[in-house]
Amino acid sequence: MAGGAGGGETIMSTREFAAHESHAHAAPQGFIRKWVFSLDHKVIGLQYYFLALTAVFVGMFLSLLMRIHLIWPAVALPLFGEIKPETYLSLLTMHGTIMVFFVLTTAPQGGFGNYFLPIQIGAADMAFPVLNMLSFWVTFLAYAVMLSAFFVTGGAPLHGWTGYPPLSALPSAGPGEGAGADLWVISIALFCIGALMSALNFITTTLDMRVKGMSMMRMPLTCWAWFITAILGLLAFGVLFSAGILLLLDRNVGTSFFVPLVTVNGILAAHKGGSPLLWQHLFWFFGHPEVYIAILPAMGLCSQLVSVFSRKPIFGYKAMVYAMLSIGLLGFMVWGHHMFMSGMSPYTAFAFSLMTMAIGVPSAIKTFNWLGTLWGGRIRFSSPMLFAIGFVSMFVSGGISGPFLAQPVLDIPLHDTAFVTGHFHLIMGVASIFGIFAATYYWFPKMFGRMMSESMARWHFCLTFVGTYCIFMPMHYAGMAGQPRRYSQFTELHYLAPLIRLNTFITFAAFITIAAQFIFLFNLFWSMKYGKKASDNPWEATTLEWTTATPPPHDNFGGRTPVVYNGPYEYSVPGAPRDYVMQTDTTTVAAH
Amino acid sequence: MGLVLLIVIWLITIASTYFFVAKTWWLPVGASASAAGIDHQFAITFILMGIVFVAAQLILGLFAWKYRDRGSSSPARYSHGNNMLEIVWTVLTFILFVGLNLMSSSIWASERFRPAEPGAVQVEVTGMQFAWYFRYAGPDGKFGATKPELEDASAGGEAALGLDTSDPAARDDLVTGTMYVPVNREVEIILRAHDVIHSFFVPAMRFKQDAVPGLAIRMHFTPTTTGDYEIACAELCGLGHYKMHGMLKVVSQEEFDKWLAAREAEKQ
Repeated sequence: MAGGAGGGETIMSTREFAAHESHAHAAPQGFIRKWVFSLDHKVIGLQYYFLALTAVFVGMFLSLLMRIHLIWPAVALPLFGEIKPETYLSLLTMHGTIMVFFVLTTAPQGGFGNYFLPIQIGAADMAFPVLNMLSFWVTFLAYAVMLSAFFVTGGAPLHGWTGYPPLSALPSAGPGEGAGADLWVISIALFCIGALMSALNFITTTLDMRVKGMSMMRMPLTCWAWFITAILGLLAFGVLFSAGILLLLDRNVGTSFFVPLVTVNGILAAHKGGSPLLWQHLFWFFGHPEVYIAILPAMGLCSQLVSVFSRKPIFGYKAMVYAMLSIGLLGFMVWGHHMFMSGMSPYTAFAFSLMTMAIGVPSAIKTFNWLGTLWGGRIRFSSPMLFAIGFVSMFVSGGISGPFLAQPVLDIPLHDTAFVTGHFHLIMGVASIFGIFAATYYWFPKMFGRMMSESMARWHFCLTFVGTYCIFMPMHYAGMAGQPRRYSQFTELHYLAPLIRLNTFITFAAFITIAAQFIFLFNLFWSMKYGKKASDNPWEATTLEWTTATPPPHDNFGGRTPVVYNGPYEYSVPGAPRDYVMQTDTTTVAAH
Repeated sequence: MGLVLLIVIWLITIASTYFFVAKTWWLPVGASASAAGIDHQFAITFILMGIVFVAAQLILGLFAWKYRDRGSSSPARYSHGNNMLEIVWTVLTFILFVGLNLMSSSIWASERFRPAEPGAVQVEVTGMQFAWYFRYAGPDGKFGATKPELEDASAGGEAALGLDTSDPAARDDLVTGTMYVPVNREVEIILRAHDVIHSFFVPAMRFKQDAVPGLAIRMHFTPTTTGDYEIACAELCGLGHYKMHGMLKVVSQEEFDKWLAAREAEKQ
């Protein structure tokens, strides 16, 4: 029933009381308290969202420069001049880092999770509003530090977003490996602190702040996804933080955690006995769960949208919950599949490969359930649904190359080739971004009180959907033909020459796809001012955010506390007056 | 919009699949003993995953069109799912994925679990920013000592590896920039790196292994076709990563012996 799982009546009422006490803060008046150092989870959610929005355009711009350099290496760009091979690697490093941390981790969880988790479970705010504010501002600081790496002597680091030492540990190993690399590590460590605080907040909020009637198994799948993502974050970011500190010590204090005896350009470095593989284990122990941190919120959201817009209950709610839980659990046991070619014992590859194949099973279950939800539905093709269907398509396409890379023998030809780049961009990049787009179109009316333009959204969807396929599907072909990742030119190896045409095609596809994103940007800001006024429940959805005013008041429900009587996906219930039954409707749906 | 989705998804699926099936771009022609097994496993995975890919995308497109809201009064099917179906597709996927894993594991074991055969040709491969060096033990069959403090990358050759010329075993060691090996004989590679991580990637040999500073990694492969094969670096190693390449020349045993003797004579 109410409160946390288990516990007697007395304990529950104390909890409710305590929760109420700590959230009785009045709406702030001044600009600074209201919009800058705000304690309101909705404002913090928007802050995270707009941070991610600037980050995604920075990251996209970097990829544009990379694609130009790959095809026209000698061209002098306005303001930039000619891009050198080391600049290309800096662009690549910063593109990956910014996209993974400040977009894919920030927008779905920090942005939409912050805004809608409390409302969807009927709470007035997150459990710890001050901690929430702190999480955002630490993340903001991390972002500022990351961007500053562009402007120091030597520029941004060139060691890739994975930062493998010794390259990332030795200032002499390349341009950008001096101050730029220090700033990179510091930024990531800061980001980890923000993410850890945020994870604690999400977990506590989900467990303790649910209103009466909102049992765990009545939570929308979005809430389940944010909850599981927070648990992954709590367990993963601590490890990355430690690894980052050790790397910082190696770089600046002369320790040798990751660096053995090495000579760079004939000069003996002052290190001895460290293990480069240790970093890889620590990094990927974080790095693989990170993939799920990026995509689980999108999975939860798309489950929600497929149900809402098919006007059908989600197919297999429990199966979806168990699938997400097992993805979360198995996600911590597969990190070694990034290291099949690393020099790690070939015997461990057996175990990691088996676990990786096993994690494909819950992913497949989710796909079947999405298709099962569409089956027999009455699909409304509103903009959020287009992106949800796009997500399913991308998830399948990106997922299908997983079982190739999960086999150590196939990693012999494929590891560190463009095949991998295509794989993770489709599943972790594009699929997650489609989740962010879907969430934006879906919740924009609630957040800003107006509808986004549907015709612009359709153009945006079609161009992005076709464009991203044209960018990332050919990368699989190039990878099979042996094109290594992170090459700034294809001119040195003769066998790469025939692939230049394919890469030219990718670059043109990138131009079009990037241009299409400005339709989205325009639609976003134009609709804030000129969009059609939204009603409180424009999509005729059932969850709690659609029961409150648009935009929601400071305490979310205007002094009322909702009580939940139904599951989150009661659409087209036979005998019901409308084709949807709100979670708060007292005409309960028979248990099933 | 349902029809648009159907057409777009189907077209993308058909176009993507066409280029795979037509093998417009494919794995380079294999020239080693392990190529057949790896390529076979690749083909099986490709067929199975290809079927799943095409089926899932076609169904997605079809459902989007078929179950579009036609404004009729017939409501959507009210169903919370079907446990039997959940069990069926869980078990089927499990069998498919774990089956693939077990099949490939046996190939992996034969590639990586056994050491090189006793008669294998030994070549020490060293990666450094941004070149590959190859060392042969010479007539004595022993690699001489190397010392990090003697390394001089700019001098190239023996000096780049820091070969200690005072060691008797080092006197007949050969250091080259091109890798020669005889055909149809196993090659044992001892893989090292001086500065950062590199990765020794010979696509035609179906060979890839990271070279890690501080480790000497032993691997083997057997070239089966004579010819010249390009060597790439597959691990980001710094600004010259894209141009860190080398050449593997697979020649007959006689030619290999002749080449080795000539180089040895040059050196003495």
